[in-house]
Amino acid sequence: MNALHAQVDKKDTILYLDGVSRAFDGFKAINDLSFYVLAGELRAIIGPNGAGKTTMMDIVTGKTKPDVGQVLFDGNVDLTKLDEARIANLGIGRKFQKPTVFESHTVFDNLELALAGDRSVFGSLFFKLGERRDQIENVLETIALTKDKDRLAGNLSHGQKQWLEIGMLLMQEPDLLLVDEPAAGMTDSETAATAELLKRIAGTRSVVVVEHDMEFVRSLESKVTVLHEGTVIAEGSLDKVQTDERVIEVYLGR
Amino acid sequence: MTTFSTTHPIWGRSGFAFLLSDTGGKILLGLLLAAVILVPILNLLVPASSPFHISTFMVSLFGKYLCYALLALSVDLIWGFAGILSLGHGAFFALGGYAMGMYLMRQIGTRGVYANPTLPDFMVFLNWKELPWTWYGFDMIWFALIMVVVVPGILAFAFGWLAFRSRVTGVYLSIITQALTFALMLAFFRNDMGFGGNNGLTDFKDLLGFNLQTDGMRVTLFVLTAVFLAASYILCRFIVSSRLGRVLIAIRDAESRTRFLGYRVANYQTFVFVISAMLAGIAGALYVPQIGIINPSEFAPANSIEIVIWVAIGGRGTLYGAVLGAILVNYGKSYFTGALPEAWLYMLGALFILVTIFLPKGVVGAWPTLKAKLQERIQSSKPKLEAAQ
Repeated sequence: MNALHAQVDKKDTILYLDGVSRAFDGFKAINDLSFYVLAGELRAIIGPNGAGKTTMMDIVTGKTKPDVGQVLFDGNVDLTKLDEARIANLGIGRKFQKPTVFESHTVFDNLELALAGDRSVFGSLFFKLGERRDQIENVLETIALTKDKDRLAGNLSHGQKQWLEIGMLLMQEPDLLLVDEPAAGMTDSETAATAELLKRIAGTRSVVVVEHDMEFVRSLESKVTVLHEGTVIAEGSLDKVQTDERVIEVYLGR
Repeated sequence: MTTFSTTHPIWGRSGFAFLLSDTGGKILLGLLLAAVILVPILNLLVPASSPFHISTFMVSLFGKYLCYALLALSVDLIWGFAGILSLGHGAFFALGGYAMGMYLMRQIGTRGVYANPTLPDFMVFLNWKELPWTWYGFDMIWFALIMVVVVPGILAFAFGWLAFRSRVTGVYLSIITQALTFALMLAFFRNDMGFGGNNGLTDFKDLLGFNLQTDGMRVTLFVLTAVFLAASYILCRFIVSSRLGRVLIAIRDAESRTRFLGYRVANYQTFVFVISAMLAGIAGALYVPQIGIINPSEFAPANSIEIVIWVAIGGRGTLYGAVLGAILVNYGKSYFTGALPEAWLYMLGALFILVTIFLPKGVVGAWPTLKAKLQERIQSSKPKLEAAQ
């Protein structure tokens, strides 16, 4: 148990990691990692390259199993026992670092595929959209792609793809969104708009953002967790962690 | 927002709206309908002296092409839409063919060389005293017809379930499917498998009591093949136009994204693989009575690779392109193996390379690409004109 979060009650958390480790060929990508995210919270996770941010997301979403440690969703669901599809259907959405949308589908079809609901083979074969079109139209509005809904996703700009992917997460109606570097490769105005979008989403849902860009993290105005070598070295407001001795040491060289 | 249904006719109100947007498919179904009506008339009613007469040889030849077309369709369903490159689909085709062949063997009865009422000739020759259990029930057409789809279906399910659950995809899957069909070929070559060894099954007499050699039966088999091809086309079109079809394309393009959206990718892959194998089995079952023989060479790995070439040449991911490719290539094969027998394999290889390089979307993809290029040229010349003015 890590001193950083000894005081929390599991029941209030949406995501709870305790003593999680995962090694690849002896290299500890994640090393005794413990942190928690409260329901409705927006959290930024920062850290230098190789700090274990992506592995952490892989573990939460079921792509990678931890060697040891506890990973709980909603305070009681053990995520280490479930596969990706099951975890996604529980209400955890993930946005990849490189925007990953279905390029040969239209924007609308991308969102329709993400629409929460039956994911079974036969359910899909006889699926009718019907009334739920409104849900898609709403999300199109949110991500500012209404005009582009009939375009192929492969023809969108980089920033639009990032938003489409966030839109797909929203269609899933998740309780927890894991967002990997949403501002990567975006222009300044796109970055600002993305921060606004994420802040709007948080509140009704919990959002965990992994990010390099400090300006972007500042604009999120959220609690920040700093990872280094697979473990948490500081947590708190951005101003607080930026003055932390160890964070400065890690970021400015050793 | 109300204009949406015009861009996405799949969501139209009519149950068959999914076909309306599919121009190539409508042409294909129209041609098949015309063939179903005209071929019997031109073969059976128009006298042989007339230039409009179609010979029974040609009817059977095109019947064979349509079987190949159905086989190509089954491969395009998985390769074109789900990105599963099966290099072993000849195996499912051959299994369907064997199921039909076994029924036809049992139909021979006492008319065989050894006149044994239950045992096919090759079993008598091998000195077998009783029918192996694998042959039970094949004297009944309904059982044989069920086996035509069930045997390929079960094999595809077992194979797909293991492979897709272990996330074997891409080139590894292709190699395993090659191994699958190769292993089956070796097994069927063995006499003690009880399927006629390297001679396979042949000397068929009749189907449901009708002599297979008559013109009427030849035409009937052709019509049946065309009908099954049309029905299978509609089924495949329905699948790829449904949300399931969009999930398949999603898996093809970004498998892990699909998984993180909550889809069980392996279930989808297995489902479509099984459907495809069943269609291949039906193609094989229609093929055998028209050709008159089924033997282990149908399992040859090269056969399965050829199917993929048909699909690539016709146009992957369009369904009707696969049908066109199978017919074109096999027509070419029939022609050139007669005219220039040594050159055919080289030509097939060259054709595959040329199409891959110059027509990556196949023959049916050539026209839209050409049209787009022309439009681009016209549009790029416009600003120049304006600048000149």
